[in-house]
Amino acid sequence: MFWYIVRRLLQGIPVFFGSTLIIFAMVFAMPGNPILRMFGDRTPTDAQLAALEAQYHLNEPFLTRYFLYLGDVLQGNLGETFSGQSVNEILGRTFPTTLRLALLAVLIQLIVGVLAGLISGLRKGGLFDHVTLLVTLVLISVPVFVLAFVAQWFLGIQLGIFRPTVGQGAPWQDLILPAIVLAALNMAYVVRLTRGSVIETNNQDFVRMAYGKGLRRGRVIPVHILRNSMIPVTTNLAADFGIMIVGATVTEGVFNVPGVGNELFKAINRHDTPEIVSIVTILVIVYVLVNLFIDLLYGWLDPRIRYVK
Amino acid sequence: MSSKNPVRRAPHFVAEVDEGGLGAVDAVRVSERKSNLWLDAWRDLRGRWMFWVSAAVILFIVFVALFPTVFTQAPPNDQCFLSNSNGGPQPGHPLGFTFQGCDVFARIVHGTSTSLTVGVIVTVMVAIMGIVLGAFAGYFGGWLDSFLMRIGDIFFAIPYILAAVVIMSMFLHQRDIWVISLAIGFFSWPATARILRSEVLRVKQLDFVMASEALGLSRVRTMFTHVLPNSIAPVIVVSTVGLAAAITAEATLSFLGVGLPNNIYMSWGNDIAAAQTSLRIAPQTLIYPSIALSVTVLAFIMLGEVVRDALDPKARAQR
Repeated sequence: MFWYIVRRLLQGIPVFFGSTLIIFAMVFAMPGNPILRMFGDRTPTDAQLAALEAQYHLNEPFLTRYFLYLGDVLQGNLGETFSGQSVNEILGRTFPTTLRLALLAVLIQLIVGVLAGLISGLRKGGLFDHVTLLVTLVLISVPVFVLAFVAQWFLGIQLGIFRPTVGQGAPWQDLILPAIVLAALNMAYVVRLTRGSVIETNNQDFVRMAYGKGLRRGRVIPVHILRNSMIPVTTNLAADFGIMIVGATVTEGVFNVPGVGNELFKAINRHDTPEIVSIVTILVIVYVLVNLFIDLLYGWLDPRIRYVK
Repeated sequence: MSSKNPVRRAPHFVAEVDEGGLGAVDAVRVSERKSNLWLDAWRDLRGRWMFWVSAAVILFIVFVALFPTVFTQAPPNDQCFLSNSNGGPQPGHPLGFTFQGCDVFARIVHGTSTSLTVGVIVTVMVAIMGIVLGAFAGYFGGWLDSFLMRIGDIFFAIPYILAAVVIMSMFLHQRDIWVISLAIGFFSWPATARILRSEVLRVKQLDFVMASEALGLSRVRTMFTHVLPNSIAPVIVVSTVGLAAAITAEATLSFLGVGLPNNIYMSWGNDIAAAQTSLRIAPQTLIYPSIALSVTVLAFIMLGEVVRDALDPKARAQR
């Protein structure tokens, strides 16, 4: 396990530097002088230009600038938006809401997805199985913003079960509808993975053995089948998280959830490039770290993984 | 040694072999029913309704994209009268009008080619990048493999829509079909490369590859003529589903406001975003483009699923 962790951490290093470098390069390869843009219509004097270039390290070579920027990010200084707000402050304000939304979504996803996958896996080829497969196909196909609007229009406006937009302070009950939409995004994969893995486990000798020694279904299914089927579902959470970041941007935008995604959504609409880049950088870093964590978790859950290669 | 010495044969007292069973084996004409991966897949696809439904829908969508004027005479972007804003259906305008008073149906029909073009460009681009990089990494192995796969890891670590958001906000004034396709495709090749690489790793162990090299073909030639054609099947599946993902990505980017410019391109994503404000009063402006988008994506995903099942001999055997 120790060497597995070391190897995985070492693999993570180039990914971390590489991904941040790519984002940095994309932004700074853009045409036009950012200092000139700061001045808008007015033309700065040469002295002002030089002073500002020195202040923002624009006269340094590319790699130096990259490491200065990375240093800033790692020290928790994420820069400012066009309007002069600190990105730190924005993230600090919005992050807890997004975290609550994501937790709720993962919870819904696991409860509904695993349950549906379990039932259709145990009754492979039955009516429930066919219906579930069809529903997952539709869930994969419908883009998240369409799903969000349909939910908002149908459940929020037509039926009035939920409030169509999230109110002040984002109370839990308002977050349920956006969380359902966010959960639905990945639900299909959770269901299918659980189903496939339940079918596989169901055919294993130890399950037959468990039934053979007289255990009830009520014990075999949760303890022997489900527990052993959850490993692929756990690893899927990494990919899940990537989809959820994008999904949260759209869902929070539609339902007006005051979270990070909504902030990114608004920044995009304001064409606030520095803010977009800061938020995307943070999201990518979080994504890389979450991936790392889930890989370690996977190694811990499934010893076979540690010895591959 | 022993083969040189003539073996003394025992007198023949074994009963005549009944060759009836063997004769039945001989009677099967091997040449009659050719069997290879593609033929088997086609035989499998032929009998499945999902294949025909998705193929029909896709052909129809392609037809709409190529000849939009067959379906609607109304111009999608001019002759929009604000007096029609969010109006209901009228003769010649079956789905009503958008907030700007444009014909909803015409905009959907003309938006088809945008979605499809972006999808095709992204898919071709991703397939080429993924195939070339994955094949070289898998077939040549060694440091090239490690290098290419680490690069792939890096690109894989950035969710491609987020990357596309950054790229598109850089190109605020030069947004067109090519830029958005590049923005989507540039970060989605690692999945294809990984899949092709693992398939190449499997195929290159097979005897015909060794035979090809033994016959004196260069390694690059062997790769292109023998290894690649035999490991391309999973890429086709990934590409079909990828086309659906690219269409979704374009619509999502347009929806977020970093997609194609609204006044030049008809894009379903743009229309859905624009309809957001009228959700309560005119849901038709939102629902119909959403249906068009979802059905298109669904068709490609369904096709990808049946093709995957058909190309996977293991899945075929289980059914």
